[in-house]
Amino acid sequence: MRPRTLFFRTQKDRAIRAFSALAVLLAVGVMLWILYTVVRFGAPAIRFGFLIHASKPFGIADGGIANAILGTLLITAGAALLAVPPAICAGIYLAEFPDHPRISAALRFSANVMMGMPSVLVGLFVYMIMVMPSGNFSGFAASVSLAIIMFPVVMRTTEDMLGMVPYALRESALALGMTRMRTTLCIVCRSAKNGLLTGILLALSRVSGETAPLLFTAMFSDSWPTGYFSEPTANLPVLITEYATNSPFESMQRAGWGAALVVTALVLCINLGARIFFREKKNAQ
Amino acid sequence: MLKLDSTFRWLCFGAAAFAGLLLLGFFLQLALSSSAAWREFGLGFLVSTEWDPVSNVYGALPSVVGTLLTTAIALVLALPLAFSAALYLVDAKPWIGAVLGHAIDLLAAIPSVIYGMWGLFVLAPLMQTRIQPFLAETLRLNKIPFFGDDYNGFGILTAGLILAVMILPYICAIMRDVFRMTPPMLRESAFGVGCTKWETAKDIVLRYGLRGILGGVFIGLGRALGETMAVLFVIGNLMEMPDSLFSGATTIASTLANNFAEADGLQRSALFALGLILLFMSFGIQVLAQSYLHATSAGRGEK
Repeated sequence: MRPRTLFFRTQKDRAIRAFSALAVLLAVGVMLWILYTVVRFGAPAIRFGFLIHASKPFGIADGGIANAILGTLLITAGAALLAVPPAICAGIYLAEFPDHPRISAALRFSANVMMGMPSVLVGLFVYMIMVMPSGNFSGFAASVSLAIIMFPVVMRTTEDMLGMVPYALRESALALGMTRMRTTLCIVCRSAKNGLLTGILLALSRVSGETAPLLFTAMFSDSWPTGYFSEPTANLPVLITEYATNSPFESMQRAGWGAALVVTALVLCINLGARIFFREKKNAQ
Repeated sequence: MLKLDSTFRWLCFGAAAFAGLLLLGFFLQLALSSSAAWREFGLGFLVSTEWDPVSNVYGALPSVVGTLLTTAIALVLALPLAFSAALYLVDAKPWIGAVLGHAIDLLAAIPSVIYGMWGLFVLAPLMQTRIQPFLAETLRLNKIPFFGDDYNGFGILTAGLILAVMILPYICAIMRDVFRMTPPMLRESAFGVGCTKWETAKDIVLRYGLRGILGGVFIGLGRALGETMAVLFVIGNLMEMPDSLFSGATTIASTLANNFAEADGLQRSALFALGLILLFMSFGIQVLAQSYLHATSAGRGEK
C-alpha cells in the first residue's frame, strides 16, 4: 500500500500542476480571445472618415465617432483635474500626518470601501446631486462621477507610494530647517513622483472605460461636445452601449465595434504605458 | 511660515475627510431618496417578488436573488482557477511569471462594456448553440430541476461566466501577493520533510495566508456584486424569479441601469431602495475584506 501512496501523491501533484498551468493559459487565452474579437470586428469599421465625423441619428449610414472620442477625452480630463489634486492631498494626510491614528484609520477604511463602490451607485448619487437640481444632463456631471471613482484609488496609491520613501530623507530635510509643507512637497512627493504618476495613470485607465455612471450623467448626443457644462455630451462607452443593444442596423453595430476598438486601445495604451514606465524607472534606480 | 504649515495640514485633512463624507453622503442620499418606497412597502419590499410598474407594486427579491446567484456562480468558477493560476505564477520562472501575470492583470483593465459586447455577440451565441445544449442534453442535466430545458444563450449562467472572467484577475493578484508573503523558510521546511508542491501549497501556504486569501475572495465578490454593464448585456433583464440556471433574470445593478432613466415617482424610489440594498451588501463585503486583509498586513509587519 505504501509505495502506491507515494506514486499516488506524485501523480496528484503532477495533475494539479498541469491544472495550474491550464488555468493560467485559460485566463490569458480568454484575454487574447476578447482582444481578438474586438480587433476583428472593430478594424473594418475604422476609416479616416469614421474618426473625424460626428455620429448621426439611428438609421443614417456613414456616421463617425469623432464627437464621442472628443467627449470621452473631455470627460476623462475633467475627472482627472477634479480628482487628482485633492486625492494627492488626502494621501499626504494619511501618510505624513499620523497624529490621530483613529481618524486616519477611519478615513483609510472609507477610502477602501469607496474603492469597491459599485459604479452604478456613483451614477445614481451624481444624478441626484447634480442632474436633478440643474435639470439637465451634462459632461461635467459625468466628470464628477468619474472623479468620485478616481479619488479613493489615487488617495490610497499616494499613501502607499509616500510610505515607501525612506525616513532619513524627511529627517534630513527637516534638519536643514525646511517646514513640513516644503519637506512634503519638495522632497517626499518629488522622490515618489514616478509612483504617483503611475497610480494616476492606472486610475485614469480604469475610469476612461467606465460606462454605468455615464448613463445617468452624460447621456448621449449626436452633436459635438460644445455644451460640456449644460448639455448631454457624447462619449464612447454610452455610444457602444446604444449601438450594441438598441440598434437593429448592422452598420450601427459595426460602428459600435469600431468604437469598442478605440476605447480598448485607449485604455490598454494608458495601462501598459503606466506599467512600462514604472518598471523602467524602478530598474533605473 | 508656521501658519502656512498648519494651513497645509488642514487642507490635507479636509481632502482626506472628503473620503469619509462621500461615504456618508452615499448612505444618506440613497436612504432619503428611497424613503417613499420603504414607507409604502415596508420591509416586505425585501421579500416581495412582484415588479409591476402598471399597478405600481415593487419588490426586490428577483433582483437580489439574481445578484446573489450570478455572484455565486462567478465565485465558484473563478476561485479554483485564480488559486491554481496564482500557484503557477509564483513558482514559474521570473520572466514567464511576470509576462503571464501582466497578461492576467490586463483582464482587469479591459472596460466592462467591452466584456458586455463580447458576451452579447460572441459568448451568448456560443452558449446557445454549443455549451447549453451540451450541458442540458449530452450531460442530461436538464433532468435536474435546477438547470432547466429552455435556453437561448442569455441568462444567469452566461452572466456568471463573464463575471468569473472579470473577477479572476483581482483574486489572482491578491493571492499572488499572499503566496509571496509566505516565509521561504516555511515552504523549504515542507519540501525538506518530503511534501510535494501541491501538499506544500495546500497545507502550508494556504493555511499561512488563509486570511489574505479570504480578503481577496471578498474583494472579488464585491466586484461581481456591483458589476453593471457586462451583466446588463447578457442577463436577459427579466423581472422575474429565475427558475433555472439558463433562465433570464436580472441583477440589482442591471435593473438600475435599465430602468432608472424612464422611472419616476414610486418606481424611482423603489429603484433607489434597490440601490440602498446593493450599497449595504457591498459595504458589508468590503468590511469583511478589509478586516481580513488588514490582519494579514499587520502580520506582515511583524515578520
